[in-house]
Amino acid sequence: MSDVAIEVRGFSQFFGAVQKLNALDLDVRRNEILGIIGPARSGKSTFLCALNRLNDLVRGSRVEGTISIDGRDINRPDVDVVELRRKLGMVFATPVPLPRSIFENVAFGARMAGLKGRARLDAVVRDSLERGGLWEEVKDRLGTSGLKLSGGQQQRLCLARILAVKPEYILLDEPTSGLDPVSTMKIEDSLRKLKKDYTIILVTNNTKQAARVADRTAFFLNGGLVEVGPTADIFTAPQDKRTDDYLRGRFG
Amino acid sequence: MKRLGPRIEQKVAQAGLWTMTLVTVGVLLFIIFFILRRGLPVLSLEFLTANPADMGKSGGIFSTIVGTAALSFLAILIAAPLGVGTAIYLTEYTWGGPLTRVIRFGAECLAGIPSIIFGLFGFILFVTKLKFGWSILSGGLTMAFMLLPTIIRTSEEAIKSVPPAYRTVSFSLGSTKWQTVTRVVLPSALPGIVTGIVLSVGRSIGETAATIFTAGSALRLPTSIFSSTRTMSVHFYILAREGISMSNAYGTAAVLIIAILGINILTYYLMNRFIKKYS
Repeated sequence: MSDVAIEVRGFSQFFGAVQKLNALDLDVRRNEILGIIGPARSGKSTFLCALNRLNDLVRGSRVEGTISIDGRDINRPDVDVVELRRKLGMVFATPVPLPRSIFENVAFGARMAGLKGRARLDAVVRDSLERGGLWEEVKDRLGTSGLKLSGGQQQRLCLARILAVKPEYILLDEPTSGLDPVSTMKIEDSLRKLKKDYTIILVTNNTKQAARVADRTAFFLNGGLVEVGPTADIFTAPQDKRTDDYLRGRFG
Repeated sequence: MKRLGPRIEQKVAQAGLWTMTLVTVGVLLFIIFFILRRGLPVLSLEFLTANPADMGKSGGIFSTIVGTAALSFLAILIAAPLGVGTAIYLTEYTWGGPLTRVIRFGAECLAGIPSIIFGLFGFILFVTKLKFGWSILSGGLTMAFMLLPTIIRTSEEAIKSVPPAYRTVSFSLGSTKWQTVTRVVLPSALPGIVTGIVLSVGRSIGETAATIFTAGSALRLPTSIFSSTRTMSVHFYILAREGISMSNAYGTAAVLIIAILGINILTYYLMNRFIKKYS
């Protein structure tokens, strides 16, 4: 398998007459954490939702260019969107547990994929919660509602929930934007551990978070990619003046 | 006029709103009290289990209870799946283009049509054209059409109030549209949908004009959906209108009101248990 897992070429995303992404070229390498930073409305989230085609749910969505994941153009008509979304798990900025028990939240995706049998579901739920770093805190109350957890726990529940679907990629859309520092640290710890088995794309408004966990960092601005490179280089010696300005807090 | 101080203004507003609430609840309680005071003395086991005799002057109302239950049951059986299905289609499967607006507008117009017009329509279509005669079937079908707009409307509102994020999450976890609708959207919308259906049950039990034209007013115990039957509200109407027996009329009304209250209370009880289980 090639080192490049996701290959984006000249990719543009439109919603009706509005263009949100402009001719992106970007590679994502296998088993890396790619951080994406940039000011609000720079197209970071739209990019994530283009990867698992959640943008399809928005009226008037239209794309140009290609996104190839594991060598396959995901926008071809013969692509099974449901399969694609199972392969790319996504964690959103606001944790959204479904109104059901912790167990059922984690089991949801696996059930939808057709997994049956209490023993197998039990195993998947436990394994996912352990990887998501939540097992110890909830193992005695799997039957309580997911809505009763704290914000940080809910977000780790959402992480565990996608792991239960056995994805290969994890997309995180500002996963810690609403969390306290301790919860944030726990999520970041989980991500570092998960890197071994997954390719991770982390969109964040917190540039320091990218500096802490990302192997490489991309800077988005106005729907375009300004630059991408090893995190250390981006933060110490950015090639583009706009990156430098953003990191110094001159705008955004 | 001098402006009132905000504190007094607040007090006046509060008193005003409190009075309005009191009037509303008061009228409701008065009606219930009025009917029950006249109706309850008539009620007995015999009144509930015996068939009417002598045009309803004596005997009970058993056949009309059966007729009402059968008619409402049939109407809900037809209207609930149709209405909820339409609501799901309108909210989940369309982008809200001109066609959906036309369907929605049509449903709303349907809701505004007086029930007697539905009765006439049912009489022409089901009773005479399709030759179902005065029957539970004709009445049930007519009633179903009458209830549809309410069920569509309330179900639509219930489905729309499910947070969009639930759908996004469901899709992102690799569910199909159908799985998302049935496993995520409908369970969350169920309390609202059921409320709409229960309101419709109440309405169908109380409906008079549409059923008198379509189900007729036979006093015999119905034996099939092709039997003509007299619902409780029609029975009440005929007893009171023709001066057959006012006491039996109020007895029937009391049963009607108790039935509707009972259904509402039971449903909200079950609904609360359901909501507790799922949140």
